[in-house]
Amino acid sequence: MIAFLLILICALLYPGTIDKTKAILSGRKGPKIHQFIFDAWRLFKKGSIYSDKSSFVFQISATINFVCLITAILLIPFAGEPSLFSFDGDFVFMIYLLGLGRFMSVVAALDVSSGFEGMGANREVLYAALLEPAFLLLMGTLCIFTGYTNFNDIFTALYADQYLASVVIIISSIILFLFILVENSRIPADDPNTHLELTMVHEVMILDHSGFDLGLIKLTAALKFAVFGSLICNLVIPSHFPIGIKILLFMIFQFALAVAIGFIESFKPRNKMARNPQYIISISAIALVLYCVMIIIKNKM
Amino acid sequence: MEKLFETKNNLPVRIADIPVVPYNKFFEVITFLLRSQDYHILTYLAYPTDQGLSFVCAIADDQNKSISLISHLIPNGAPLKVYSMMPKYDVFHSCEREIHEKYGVVFEDNHFLKPIRYSHDRINKESKITDYPFYKIESDELHEVGVGPIHAGIIEPGHFRFLCAGERVLHLEVQLGWQHRGIETLFLQKKKLLQRAVLAENIAGDTAVGHTLAYSQAIESLAGLKIREKLNYERVIALEIERIGMHIFDLSNLCTGAAYQLGNASLGVLRTPTINYLQTWCGNRFAKGLIRPGGTHYPFTRELQEKLLTYLDSFEEKYAVISDKLLNLSGIQLRFQDIGTLTRKQVYMIGGVGTTAKMAGLKRDTRWSHPFAGYHELHHEPVIFDAGDIYARIQVRHYEILQSIKYLRRIAEIMNFQNQVPSPITDENIRLAKSCLTVSITEGWRGEIVHTAITDQEGNICCYKIKDPSLHNWWALALSLRDREISDFPINNKSYNLSYCGHDL
Repeated sequence: MIAFLLILICALLYPGTIDKTKAILSGRKGPKIHQFIFDAWRLFKKGSIYSDKSSFVFQISATINFVCLITAILLIPFAGEPSLFSFDGDFVFMIYLLGLGRFMSVVAALDVSSGFEGMGANREVLYAALLEPAFLLLMGTLCIFTGYTNFNDIFTALYADQYLASVVIIISSIILFLFILVENSRIPADDPNTHLELTMVHEVMILDHSGFDLGLIKLTAALKFAVFGSLICNLVIPSHFPIGIKILLFMIFQFALAVAIGFIESFKPRNKMARNPQYIISISAIALVLYCVMIIIKNKM
Repeated sequence: MEKLFETKNNLPVRIADIPVVPYNKFFEVITFLLRSQDYHILTYLAYPTDQGLSFVCAIADDQNKSISLISHLIPNGAPLKVYSMMPKYDVFHSCEREIHEKYGVVFEDNHFLKPIRYSHDRINKESKITDYPFYKIESDELHEVGVGPIHAGIIEPGHFRFLCAGERVLHLEVQLGWQHRGIETLFLQKKKLLQRAVLAENIAGDTAVGHTLAYSQAIESLAGLKIREKLNYERVIALEIERIGMHIFDLSNLCTGAAYQLGNASLGVLRTPTINYLQTWCGNRFAKGLIRPGGTHYPFTRELQEKLLTYLDSFEEKYAVISDKLLNLSGIQLRFQDIGTLTRKQVYMIGGVGTTAKMAGLKRDTRWSHPFAGYHELHHEPVIFDAGDIYARIQVRHYEILQSIKYLRRIAEIMNFQNQVPSPITDENIRLAKSCLTVSITEGWRGEIVHTAITDQEGNICCYKIKDPSLHNWWALALSLRDREISDFPINNKSYNLSYCGHDL
């Protein structure tokens, strides 16, 4: 339950923290850190407008996407404190819940039959397919390392072997960090701030959403940050610490992550589109290397 | 070989002196000259006379710094049908479309003879801008993407139609005309110098100095006015500051396109003092009101000179830091190298000018080839890069900024403040030469701006033709995208930063 609440709080502050970091680094004052809450609230008060060329698929997609994310959060433990739901292989369930959410946004983009959105959907699916192995290989590594197959047990048992754990944790965190940037359509794979439809990946798919639906989509995107950020926190925060310190560390790590993303987006240009698949495969490749090393170390071969 | 009539930039020519030849000779001479890359088309226009429709073509000879003129007449009553020069040189494509749209001349073998801007005085009033005949390929595998005319950003209206196979662009067609205001017609209707100067300033709002200078020079040359040295230097200063301001803006914009926030923010900060300097000088950040025929309302004073040097010092220091960072950042090089590459041949064929020509190794800079105002003393040498990609366009802009700073310093140094600069000439004191033609060229930040003015027997302007560098350069954008990725369109577009209203007039 703690994880659920903390993730919600972090999610609301994530976009604001990234924007504030970018603003300060470019010499501007920038909006408040909690500006996102006002923005989302403003959108929630509005009604949605639907194109008469679209069907019910378009209307339900944002809601399903949001529900998928909320369900996924229920599976995430908090550094030793158990999650609300847990069963063997729950991480597979989680990643495919996100997959279902993505599927819904893709079919919604195709539903409005706009030339732009079809292109965006095409790119989004390609990148998702290339990125998925990274997460599953990473979780596979952790399963072999700890001997468990659900989030709760994996993260509790992680610190049993001190020396090896530190290596695994550092590399896993790096993979997750790179994963977050692509999964959330940030620089260098995508540019969330661009107004150029032809270069957009994720943003172009939501061009036709408005009002309440748009608010849900923005909230979903913010939640995604917090979900994967909390996975990193689960990795790096030892489960035997007192609860107060764990909460504090959780907030610090999430904040640091948002600031790091802000830094990257300030000083790094984005990739050219043709280079993205290569970039994304390289993340999966690091995960694959880690996985192979783990198999050898644990004598599973 | 027919003897051509040769003239120089800003020298009036009597219409009677321009050789009138039959069309086959006209065709032969022009296509023969264009075989050498030292020649390029300045303007190709048609205007109605008492005898019929008169065609005039001005060809620049960059090595000899001269302009060759040749003319052809279709007499009244004769069929308005000639064969096109486009199959030989694509540069004629836009010019022939203009003439076709305005006078209904049919150019055989020009397969792209569509309306170019749907001008108000077009001959076929039935044609509507909303049903432009786009090039189409019927296929199940291909799809079309249309962008505009209303854009998400701050740019002007224009429609882009992509024929794509997946992410690959087979053909991009740029359809303009949404900004058409009828400037060339207004130039004939509004007879006061001030009215015309204001019109010239608004041909393309970001090139106010370039266009107004071309207009002023055309008027001065027809009126036989001699411009004093100090005023010529002042004009150079205005033109170079405009160049720095717009080049900086383009670089900053390209950084936005590549999602490079640091570059966008720091270059944006540098642009403000640049255009603010123009505001200090003449009260307008885009230098509107600064350039007027015959003189100026805002003489360049010692105080302004000091301010210019202070501004240059602080600008140079900051710019050195960020430009070094920008040009050497691996991410920027990866993003911009080998994107939108054009060969020198392609640019030459479409008649690319200015930055577009210089980035592909083509030496086209009228400050060098047809010096005007104070450029005679500067001995300008154009910045040339060969790569033809976006990175080369960035490099050309970067080195031109450095060059402009150098020129500004030198002129501030040699300017003599003892000399007085006259006020602009008034309508009462001006008399334009009769039955004359003048070609006035300036090098705006985009490239060469050509204004051609023709007077009738009473000394009134009866034809005023404006050629913005964008007219031909739009085709460079279309070719840059051919067989490349559609996602690179926005940064290609920004790297050229062509004018919509300069094209639409």
